Amino acid sequence: MSIRSSLLPRTFRVVERHEETADTATLVLEAEDGAPLEFAPGQFNMLYAFGRGEAPISLSGDPASPQRLLHTIRAAGPVTEALAGLRPGEHLALRGPYGSRWPVEESEGKDVLVIAGGLGLAPLRPVIYRLLAARERYGRIVVLYGARGPDGLLYRAELESWRSRLDLEVEVTVDHANGAWHGDVGVVPSLIPRARFSPADAVAMVCGPEVMMRFTVAALLERGLAPEQIHLSLERNMRCGVAQCGHCQLGPFLVCRDGPVLPYTRLGELLTIHEL
Amino acid sequence: MDAVSEPARGESFVLEPRALQALLDAIVAEGYQIRGPLVRDHAVCLDEVTRVEQLPVGWTDEQEGGHYRLTRRGGSALFGCGVGQDSWKRLLHRPLALLWSAERDDGGLALSEPHEEPARFAFFGVRPCDLAAINIQDGILAAGRYPDPFYRARRQGLLTVVANCTSAGGTCFCASMGTGPRAESGFDLALTELWPDTANHALLVETGSDAGTRLLAAVPRRPAGDPERREADEATRRAVEQMGRRLDTSDIHGMLMGNLEHPRWAEVARRCLACGNCTLVCPTCFCTNFEDGGDLELRHAERTRRWDSCFTLGFTRLHGGPVRRKIRSRYRQWMTHKLATWFDQFGTSGCVGCGRCITWCPVGIDLTEESAAIRASDGRSGR
Ligand SMILES: Cc1cc2nc3c(=O)[nH]c(=O)nc-3n(C[C@H](O)[C@H](O)[C@H](O)COP(=O)(O)OP(=O)(O)OC[C@H]3O[C@@H](n4cnc5c(N)ncnc54)[C@H](O)[C@@H]3O)c2cc1C
Ligand code: SF4
Ligand code: SF4
Repeated sequence: MSIRSSLLPRTFRVVERHEETADTATLVLEAEDGAPLEFAPGQFNMLYAFGRGEAPISLSGDPASPQRLLHTIRAAGPVTEALAGLRPGEHLALRGPYGSRWPVEESEGKDVLVIAGGLGLAPLRPVIYRLLAARERYGRIVVLYGARGPDGLLYRAELESWRSRLDLEVEVTVDHANGAWHGDVGVVPSLIPRARFSPADAVAMVCGPEVMMRFTVAALLERGLAPEQIHLSLERNMRCGVAQCGHCQLGPFLVCRDGPVLPYTRLGELLTIHEL
Repeated sequence: MDAVSEPARGESFVLEPRALQALLDAIVAEGYQIRGPLVRDHAVCLDEVTRVEQLPVGWTDEQEGGHYRLTRRGGSALFGCGVGQDSWKRLLHRPLALLWSAERDDGGLALSEPHEEPARFAFFGVRPCDLAAINIQDGILAAGRYPDPFYRARRQGLLTVVANCTSAGGTCFCASMGTGPRAESGFDLALTELWPDTANHALLVETGSDAGTRLLAAVPRRPAGDPERREADEATRRAVEQMGRRLDTSDIHGMLMGNLEHPRWAEVARRCLACGNCTLVCPTCFCTNFEDGGDLELRHAERTRRWDSCFTLGFTRLHGGPVRRKIRSRYRQWMTHKLATWFDQFGTSGCVGCGRCITWCPVGIDLTEESAAIRASDGRSGR
């Protein structure tokens, strides 16, 4: 076959592995052929674990370092278990980047709300890197993040360093606290009423479980954001990532191609239809 | 018959039935592997054809919802059968394909694609609806940002000889979908069978490409005259009149997408077995899944791609379980995809009106009937 298949991945080496939570690890990857993989915040790769299969995983690192890819992986099944368990020096294969991006440049001059639940922070972290790299171009930046419990929080050290900045508002909440937790308890949408931003001039980027996103959207609309100011990242079963396997359909969308990031204006009604 | 002057593209000719063998021979001589309709296991299948006698001469088919039967009608008609359960997609978008294999050793991981010489196929006797279906799959698999090289390699070398329909099957509705019964373009050659079972039995041949035109050079033929052209138009008209089904496509996108909660979805779900037959026989359904395997020593692994169906529960599996749990949701997904959201995703209809899904549904579910039932009690406000 003369043309290289778009389904043929490239090999990458794990150079670092950071344990995030009991079942989640962040891998730092470098291409065996050394070629960088330029990506935009919100995009994902298909990661292949030898003999097990592929899974779509968001790029969670800094787009300014396309030579060092970061992926945060939760062991949810056979493939992700194998991926999350890889050690430095071991290999995986990867293809991408795929999918749409968060409207980061489009939000210049505005207040930006980054709202994440659980693993949803992974595809939003590249947004935070981008915003901070051009901090002066944005208004207020608010990061609202929630996890089920304190043990489920990703990027602990980084969250703490962001929290200490004066030009960033970071609120973290957990659904269920334990003794050592002194922060907020409650779901992410409950942080929205008191967050400081100007609704008329803000953009919200939201990623998390679908219920969390639904309540978040309701709270944002309540605060006065218009539907076109809200962007969501969706999750669907994805097999190919290149709009050919048909698995990720959501009504008119092929989520791997048209999404995963979609403006709420295009999603609104679809999300209310059961089992679409 | 004179074969002296060179044929020109866009011209039409008349062949006597026995001249068809010369056409098949010319195609083989050009290095093509011919695939065409033949009778096997009591159905019309698509396989290697090199002799005219292999075609389903003298056969015809009965098709109804959940019913298919070949019967001997006798006579000389070469193209008296409609489409069977088989479709050309099996040859272009293979049901099972090895994508690549991986070798692992201490040094790392090495991936390689299989080396295959793509087959150079000539599809002989392609019905207009099926030609339209190939074009639809092209838009998904050969176009876009990430064309499938396996599909594209087979598609690029393809020669198509259409057989226009002069009688229609019991379940087809190509006239409603604008795909037939006569192909207007996109073929190399198009045949229309005229006056079978009479002394005048002949084939009108239209040329649609230089490759098709070249093939005719070696085939005994005469220029088509008005009687043949008129009879071809007549036969087309008769096929339209006979067509077993019709589908009202006016505002079909808005009509279906505005009725996603219509009670009919639950009603059809009581009959649907979620067997997936409709998706497998459909010439445009393209969905696939991937499978991974390896040897026991964990040194060699392979990745294959297999046709999949949106009727399976695993199709939409996510962390919390499948998105489309109920058959209602899966049937709704399939039908709205075929008739509505395909336009959003790929700019065309996902249905060409071939009728296969109706014929081969074990319980005879008929999307034209389901669509009509929803339209008849359109739940959109103000209607
Ligand atoms: C665009 C996109 C970005 C993603 N980004 C990340 C990420 O950054 N980090 C991360 O850990 N995960 C991410 N996921 C989810 C991840 O792809 C799935 O967890 C993974 O496919 C599960 O595969 P598996 O083979 O390990 O499990 P499977 O054997 O496929 O299934 C095991 C379990 O996972 C569930 N599952 C299957 N497919 C999916 C799926 N697509 N999504 C969720 N659950 C699934 C099953 O229901 C089952 O409970 C993303 C998914 C998408 C669509
Ligand atoms: S949906 Fe049915 S009638 Fe339409 S192209 Fe597919 S099989 Fe043929
Ligand atoms: S509509 Fe018919 S063929 Fe399709 S899944 Fe249901 S029972 Fe099977």
